[in-house]
Amino acid sequence: MNGYLVEMMGITKRFPGVQALSNVDFRIGRGEIVCLLGENGAGKSTLMKILTGVYRPDEGEILFGGEAIRLSSTRDAYERGINIIFQEFNLCPNLSAMENVFLGNENRGKGGTFSYKATQRRAEEYFRRLKIDIDPSTPVNRLGVAQQQMVEIAKALAYDTKVLIMDEPTSALADKEIGNLFGIMRDLKARGISIVFISHKLDEVLSITDRVVVLRDGHNSGDIATRDADEDKLITMMVGRELSQLYAPRKNPPSSEIAVEVRHISGPPNIRDISFTVRKGEIVGLAGLVGAGRTELAKLIIGAVRKKRGEVTVFGKPVEIRTPADSVAAHIAYLPEDRKNSALILGMSARENITMSIHDRITGLFRLISVKKEIAVVDTYIRSLSVKVSSREQCVETLSGGNQQKVVIAKSLAIEPWFLILDEPTRGIDVGAKAEVHAIIADLADRGVAVLVISSELPEVLHLADRILVMHEGGITMEMDRESANQETIMRAAVGST
Amino acid sequence: MKTVKQELNTSSMGAQQRTAMVRPNFFSALLRKKESAIFLALLGIMLTITIVAPSFATIGNIYRVTRQISFVAIVALGVFIVILTGGIDLSIGSIVGISGITCGLSMAAGLNPVIAVLIGMVTGTVVGLINGALVAYVGITPFIVTLGMLSMARGSIWVMTKGWPVEKIAPSFMFIGQGDFIGIPIPVIIMVVVAIVAHVFLRYSVFGRRVFAIGGNEEATRLSGINVKRIKWIVYGISGFLASITGIILVARFSSAQTSSGDGWELDAIAAAVIGGTSLSGGAGSVLGVLIGAAIMGVIRNGLVLMKVSAYWQTSIMGFIIVLAAIIDRIKNRQPQS
Repeated sequence: MNGYLVEMMGITKRFPGVQALSNVDFRIGRGEIVCLLGENGAGKSTLMKILTGVYRPDEGEILFGGEAIRLSSTRDAYERGINIIFQEFNLCPNLSAMENVFLGNENRGKGGTFSYKATQRRAEEYFRRLKIDIDPSTPVNRLGVAQQQMVEIAKALAYDTKVLIMDEPTSALADKEIGNLFGIMRDLKARGISIVFISHKLDEVLSITDRVVVLRDGHNSGDIATRDADEDKLITMMVGRELSQLYAPRKNPPSSEIAVEVRHISGPPNIRDISFTVRKGEIVGLAGLVGAGRTELAKLIIGAVRKKRGEVTVFGKPVEIRTPADSVAAHIAYLPEDRKNSALILGMSARENITMSIHDRITGLFRLISVKKEIAVVDTYIRSLSVKVSSREQCVETLSGGNQQKVVIAKSLAIEPWFLILDEPTRGIDVGAKAEVHAIIADLADRGVAVLVISSELPEVLHLADRILVMHEGGITMEMDRESANQETIMRAAVGST
Repeated sequence: MKTVKQELNTSSMGAQQRTAMVRPNFFSALLRKKESAIFLALLGIMLTITIVAPSFATIGNIYRVTRQISFVAIVALGVFIVILTGGIDLSIGSIVGISGITCGLSMAAGLNPVIAVLIGMVTGTVVGLINGALVAYVGITPFIVTLGMLSMARGSIWVMTKGWPVEKIAPSFMFIGQGDFIGIPIPVIIMVVVAIVAHVFLRYSVFGRRVFAIGGNEEATRLSGINVKRIKWIVYGISGFLASITGIILVARFSSAQTSSGDGWELDAIAAAVIGGTSLSGGAGSVLGVLIGAAIMGVIRNGLVLMKVSAYWQTSIMGFIIVLAAIIDRIKNRQPQS
């Protein structure tokens, strides 16, 4: 015995036209937390799909407890005790937490009927053991994201799980909740359960894992004990080159001219009396915890949600914004945080997505769309943002996260914005694409666009913004310039302890 | 399928060669392939029927079948546009009926046939716009709104006619239902015109682009600054308008406005759209597919008659075909379990 529970050796997987994995080794020790790291497209999800029985490898073998196994269906993987929690949860929102936990594994009472009592009892005991503080009879749709995740974990462990794969489990969580999650992960580890942790957030990787395995373009590119690793080393392994410059330098300082003034905005659900200004060519960072009301503020400004009171002026002129259409007409663009559900039409081409807000500008005779005008606009942005598409007709669903985000940015820029609101512009995209998006944002500000960046990543806010606003419970609790801000002052304001 | 494709392309750096693998018109090529598959199915069905009942392939029968198909196809194109936005219109059969009745009653009252036709069209369009307003502005589920309208419109027909058909129809008007031009039935010509306009409108107009966009992702469309409610309102109007065209043609076809006209046609029309590859969740489908779907429905109906299948069985078989089409659609779009 060498202490490894799972050994994937020499795994090769080809899809038509693409070598997704070449001769990849991946080992998981008993009770070990291993990070699987790599850019989007590096092969992480293919490897995990092989481990969970979704795909079969073309070459290579999998040892489980030293014995060679074949995983030919997800059922096989479950039965071995290999379980995965996806980034998007698979819960039935209308059912209670305990019903979800034991879904497909229900407690039968007499005559095979569902036993509510037994389930409740089992769930309570079970939640207690996992230190999950949720009433098992609460419907899932009344739980927050972090609690839903706990339910997912409990559900995964309801099967006799030996290996738990967590795909970006922290992406929707606030800092405190992440701490909580890490606590549970450590408990599981102590009970001998192995965890594969997939995340893009390097600080988390460094704090929770024992070992990091890095993939790059379908090959192993590093396997390092976490205590020997640091962010630079990991980034180098991921991208194959030094990436010291994640943030591009600014060329022009912000102008003194005020581009946008937001005055006394209040509205649902909890935004009260918010006022701020953004100057021409200035990047303002908007920090705060999940639920502080940052996205909600943006939605009030652009008219996606009707505001109760308040006004917006652009270059001194008040603009009446009741719907997103009014916002587009006022040259105010909004890039939503939820790329797939709020920004893109996944089944449509890059071309159709990019021009979605500017139909009026690309029409010709009879209000039919002029192919020539449309292509001219689309090609300009594909080139200037270097969007990697096989052609402008490529369906955006098949693009990587980073390139999808660039398509969304192109769509926002097509309306020629004076004021651009970016909501979590680098969420879920890899390090290389992040740097590119940062460079694009800096460049836009250099060219005079007023930018508001909403971000939960404090380093991003600190590096990108000229000025920082912090929100807490629907109001702005602090405003500071870049020089006087640091992670600690922002966090204090974000939790409301100023 | 989808996940495999994502695998192939989810790479942003140092992998241009991967993205280059996806041919530019991959999706439209796939779509075309889909249409050619159902077209082959249509040919296969026609061949089978001809072998069993040779009278199928006579000129007289083909003439009647294509005319019958055109009635359904025009209605199907209307509901197809609604389905593209992710909605549904169950009231189309009743709109066919009520438009025919108002058109017929106007003629019976001595109005000029042209005016009567306009009255029929306005009736259908207005009923459709009422559906649309309730869906878009009041926010009621399309299924319920149009199910209610199905009953309201049919009931109104009985109120207006006390159950009797309207028979005083101007002879000059019957041409649009019974006549032909260089051997092609007028209803078929009308269908072709409607189909061409619908195709151009959906593929190349701003409105058409937005119809597909809403079906693809309504929230993203709204946040793009598009007036989603207005478009949803109008598509029901279009559906009502196209149903009224069929309603009016049917009056001319039978020289009378029947109270049962269009009864149950929502089944054939929605089936034609689904068989033609229209996604019931919206955002995908083509005019050509709908036409082929309507042809399959029409040919099978006709074939069952010619093959002397009992009328009781015919209804069951048509229902079975719809479910079968949905099953095939499901299998084709099945994703690997994750």
